[in-house]
Amino acid sequence: MLATGTKAPEFELYSSPYQKIKLSELKGKKIILAFYPADWSPVCGDQMSLYNEMEKYFDRHNARIVGISVDSRWCHLAFSQHNNFHFPLLADFEPKGEVASLYKVYNNETGECQRALYVLDENGIIRWSYLSPVGINPGADGILSALEQLDN
Amino acid sequence: MKQLIPVINSNDHIYGNEKALIELVEYGDYQCPYCGLAYPIVKNIQQELGADLKFVFRNFPLSKVHPFAFAAAVATEAAALQNKFWEMHDIIFENQERLNIENIIVFAENIGLDLQQFKYNIQQKEQSVKVERDFESGLRSGVNRTPSFYINGNKYEGEWRESELLQYMQGLLIAAPETAQYAMLNNQ
Repeated sequence: MLATGTKAPEFELYSSPYQKIKLSELKGKKIILAFYPADWSPVCGDQMSLYNEMEKYFDRHNARIVGISVDSRWCHLAFSQHNNFHFPLLADFEPKGEVASLYKVYNNETGECQRALYVLDENGIIRWSYLSPVGINPGADGILSALEQLDN
Repeated sequence: MKQLIPVINSNDHIYGNEKALIELVEYGDYQCPYCGLAYPIVKNIQQELGADLKFVFRNFPLSKVHPFAFAAAVATEAAALQNKFWEMHDIIFENQERLNIENIIVFAENIGLDLQQFKYNIQQKEQSVKVERDFESGLRSGVNRTPSFYINGNKYEGEWRESELLQYMQGLLIAAPETAQYAMLNNQ
């Protein structure tokens, strides 16, 4: 994974069928990048559903979360609607896994993102990261501690 | 290993022997089907382990996917004010497929709550705050699904749908010296 203290590489990805989002547009807020293997797989559903309940906690720290996988924007739309998600899922779809590769969390064997978390500060500097075993939902305790440390 | 934060305390609803060697904490959601599956499994564990078990249920409602989960959790907290937390906990899980706002009142009636008092208490902020506090403690403890179990303060990552959970705790009882020490430290 990319080292803590380095600048998070810029990217631009679809966040909905007709809209793209640039990382630099999110400057001024702490950003949690949640790379995950695939829409619809059981663990990812649990993980994203958990983050979906946490808006209030992220707000408290002036933070926003985005999910990133190699699924297409239409797949994300269906997954998002099905689970009533209130945060964007970004489609690292074409070229496939380019952003995940940039962040060193692409799995060449499966062709999916690894299950990895980055926390960026308001200036887009990586302040915390975590690589989870692929089948294990890392929960939110690590993210919350990282956000708290940044605020202290 | 992920740890229970905070440890069991006076805000918790405790079932069973307070000085038991085994402390089982469940973070659960009253509308979650897996928690519904876990309900009879935990009941069976309570029966099997008897005085060796202390059981605590903490609320972890996933409100965005389960619209009645938060209200159900608040209802158990309101029932607790009339000393009927576990009665409400049980009746909700036993009728999980019928869980909705109207039926929460029916459940309250069925377990013999003072309805006027109950209806007043479910509107009070204190009960929602308690549920939210449970939820936040779950986030800090690393809850990553419902149900999530903690045994003697450590997150249990194994299977639970058959008898694995019971067997794991029975194993701890066999290795009782260390477990007993933990329980003693915790009960000081």
